[in-house]
Amino acid sequence: MPTLTRRIAGSLATTLLLSLPALPALAQDSPHRFVMVTHGVPSDPFWTVVKNGAEAAADEIGAELEYRAPSTFDMAKMQQLAEAAVASDPDGLILSFTDEDALGKVVREATDNGIPVITINSGGDLSKQYGALLHVGQSEYEAGQRAAEKMQEMGVEKGLCVNHEQGNQGLDQRCEGFISGFDGNADQLATSHDPTEIRNAIVAYLNQHRDIDGILTLGSLTADPMIQAMQDQGATDQFVLGTFDLSPIILEAVDAGELDFAIDQQQYLQGYLPVIFLEQYAEHGLMPAGDVATGPAFVTQDNAAQVIELSKQGIR
Amino acid sequence: MNTMTQTRSPNGGDERITAIPFWKKALRRPELGAVAGTILVIAFFLVAASGTGMFTPAGIMNFLEVSAQLGILATAAALLMIGGEFDLSIGSMVGLAGIVIAIPTMEYGWPLWAALLLAFACAVLVGWVNGYLVNRTGLPSFIVTLAFLFILRGLAIGLSRLLTGRTQIGGIAERIPGDWFAALFSGEVGSGLFAWLAAHGWIGTNFAGNPVVTGIPVSIVWWLALTAIATWVLLCTPYGNWIFASGGDANAARNSGVPVRRVKISLFIFTALSATVFASLQVMDTGSADTIRGLLKELEAIIAVVIGGALLTGGYGSAIGAALGALIFGMVQMGIFYTGVNTDWFKVFLGVMLLVAVLFNNFVRKKAMESK
Repeated sequence: MPTLTRRIAGSLATTLLLSLPALPALAQDSPHRFVMVTHGVPSDPFWTVVKNGAEAAADEIGAELEYRAPSTFDMAKMQQLAEAAVASDPDGLILSFTDEDALGKVVREATDNGIPVITINSGGDLSKQYGALLHVGQSEYEAGQRAAEKMQEMGVEKGLCVNHEQGNQGLDQRCEGFISGFDGNADQLATSHDPTEIRNAIVAYLNQHRDIDGILTLGSLTADPMIQAMQDQGATDQFVLGTFDLSPIILEAVDAGELDFAIDQQQYLQGYLPVIFLEQYAEHGLMPAGDVATGPAFVTQDNAAQVIELSKQGIR
Repeated sequence: MNTMTQTRSPNGGDERITAIPFWKKALRRPELGAVAGTILVIAFFLVAASGTGMFTPAGIMNFLEVSAQLGILATAAALLMIGGEFDLSIGSMVGLAGIVIAIPTMEYGWPLWAALLLAFACAVLVGWVNGYLVNRTGLPSFIVTLAFLFILRGLAIGLSRLLTGRTQIGGIAERIPGDWFAALFSGEVGSGLFAWLAAHGWIGTNFAGNPVVTGIPVSIVWWLALTAIATWVLLCTPYGNWIFASGGDANAARNSGVPVRRVKISLFIFTALSATVFASLQVMDTGSADTIRGLLKELEAIIAVVIGGALLTGGYGSAIGAALGALIFGMVQMGIFYTGVNTDWFKVFLGVMLLVAVLFNNFVRKKAMESK
């Protein structure tokens, strides 16, 4: 399979290269062309927001932007798309660096050919090794730590991280960060995907560990049963409740004061900023020296209404 | 199985058949092993989780609710398995039914009862298609329903993405009050009794300092009712005999006039309906639907049925056994949170406990069968 993949990508590359020789002469006056390749499937609302950000930036600065993503979560396909993007010799490449093995050599190939690369969303700690200039995203581990700090500010002494998918690296890092943020004085509760089981597990665990006073969930799937458990027990006020990710249900709960905060990685910026940075780099050779953390941003009751509005506009 | 003779012996007894004492009959029932397994698991937790509140009213309600939801699926799966077939599409049907309830309600303003009826109609259709394909093609139901495991889950995801752009649909809770059909799937029963118990101080308080049990969740009532009905059908109706006959030897059954195809189709419809009952209960309970609901429930239901003493090959089993299997499953699943075992080991614990329960069931059943 890999050889086939490579052959297809190779033939794509040669056709693209053959059709390109006229371009460099035009490049001085024509707008810069950036290509963005992500692993987000087209219908994923998260990635729609990233794409909106990138398109808004390209419009503002008058650059050309091509957004490409595989139709299913498939690293081999994404690799092909990325290789084709490199072969088209853009003025900059924006890549979600989800898989070091599949994408590392593509980044290396791009930088070897003088194409500046910015990675977004995931893989921030790895992409530099392959020559990427910058990473724009959220460190899940640090986001977990910040959640712990936020809870401690709100008076929490012992936290609980509810993990509905142990083995998912991103989720595990969130919990690890959270627990380290509490200097280890926090537990991790592993659950299934079933809402009733999650809710009853939380209730059973809290009955067993009465010193816990702050609960963090890692997404909408666990946030809902947690809120429900608290409502059933009439205990919403006794705990500080926080969650990762935004969904209509989570935003409503934050707005109603049932959830104390929700953590957002502001992925609009993961689309918007790289385009701006690459334009600056292409124009003036400027590039921020350090990676950009787009999250965690906290949504609380104070700004929930505004976020709901932005969410409708596809910005959050 | 054992009721064929009843019709021929109106005066209570056939001189050609030796009378079997009641206790010996009881020992040969398929659920005997499950009773033993249940006692073993309860004993385990009485020791391992002693003084932790697992067996307080709140703790019992906590695991019973998990058992009940699985038990609803297991009852139908038991009948189907006795009838000689599997349904691996149950879990995906749960996800799809939830979406079919949520989308018309939240996106198109349907009343909840209409959306529920639509979901049940879909279930009848899915069950019929499953059964028809199995009958028609003669393929193992394992394969046919495995295909529907993917198709139904894919439909749930595809439809909800297409129509709402999301995979989770919330806000249903507000639509429940005043809906006659939704009332069957939501709330609690016997609140008065528990209020009375709490007033007398017989029910403890939870971590929040409130009385813990306010009533019996309606899912538990569904579970008990379905188990009772299924047991009655299996043991006291001709249709029950047909199920045993279809699963025991389909050819022989067909030759003696049992409508095997109709029996199987109706059983597939029943499993799809039970998945929809499960989905309705969860949608009303959580106020939302999610395409991921019901994940792996088909396997959990089969495990519960097997713990309950049914044979994977069909023709033998019981609905009460399946209910006990679900009880064991729920107890083990929630029990780990009381034992203090780190939840990183959740699945190992669950698997080992289930294996021990099944082995013990088997052991007890064999011993009972030997002692003739």
